[in-house]
Amino acid sequence: MTDTHDAQQEQDQQGQHQYHPSTGEYWQIAAILAVLTAVEIGLYYAGQAGMAASVTIPGLIILTILKFVLVVLWFMHLRFDRPVLNRLFIIGLIFAGVLYGIVALITLT
Amino acid sequence: MATETAHAPQTNFNVSNEKMGMWAFLGSELLFFGAFITVYLVYVPRTADGPGPEVFDIPFTSVSTFILLMSSLAMVLALAGMQDGDLRRFRTWTLATALMGLVFLGGQLYEFTLFVQQDGLGLTTSAFSTSFYVLTSFHKVHVAVGVLMLGTLWFMSFTGRIRADGQGTNAVENVGLYWHFVDIIWIIIFTVVYLIPVDLVT
Repeated sequence: MTDTHDAQQEQDQQGQHQYHPSTGEYWQIAAILAVLTAVEIGLYYAGQAGMAASVTIPGLIILTILKFVLVVLWFMHLRFDRPVLNRLFIIGLIFAGVLYGIVALITLT
Repeated sequence: MATETAHAPQTNFNVSNEKMGMWAFLGSELLFFGAFITVYLVYVPRTADGPGPEVFDIPFTSVSTFILLMSSLAMVLALAGMQDGDLRRFRTWTLATALMGLVFLGGQLYEFTLFVQQDGLGLTTSAFSTSFYVLTSFHKVHVAVGVLMLGTLWFMSFTGRIRADGQGTNAVENVGLYWHFVDIIWIIIFTVVYLIPVDLVT
């Protein structure tokens, strides 16, 4: 009885106000991630074959950000979860960016 | 009453303590890996006349990357199985996730072996090699810890601590968050370390 109660309570905590994508959506996201990775590799070889770096580098960075965002929003459910969790993660991202900025400035100067 | 008190770990934000803790941990891990990626970018040109990033095998690493990316799909399918009360589906996809993690680790260790034995790129060869091995090895340690946690979840589903009635769902979700985090870190490492040409980074 207690076990069932515990399980129900855990389910309640887990599922509060949360929308969960269907398995079909998960497969679609995975397919998009696979395509984006293939494009990334294609861009790498295009760069090796002589395509301008002004095209390949921004392209690679944009594709990486896209993949990052897709995994975080859908697979990690951040899109459907509490805003406070968003903030916790974004604070970490900002700190990492600031750290990189400071080191880059020191290195360049 | 006692049970309810013991199982009331909700924060003021209506999120369980475990989940809040996991997200705070992942936020701090971003800074952790951010530091190592920054160090790599600073030291990548310092090869001390030894081998540089030209030794990377892009096709091989691309396959490893694809496997790790697909392990994230397996992880969400395991969690979906758990949320649907389908323990069999949960076990299958959890096992698949762990196996893909092991394949990724095996591939990376094989690649390291080639770097050391064929290319002479040791840990202390140059500042570049040290920063490369430290960054990627810390990532591998995280993958290995993830595989251990997945194995534990799989085992727990046989001992009754994870059940079809939803008992253990929080644990599965938190391990899933950790696993996806390991994946997003690799997404960044793959581009920054392997795909972007060094001369442009510097």
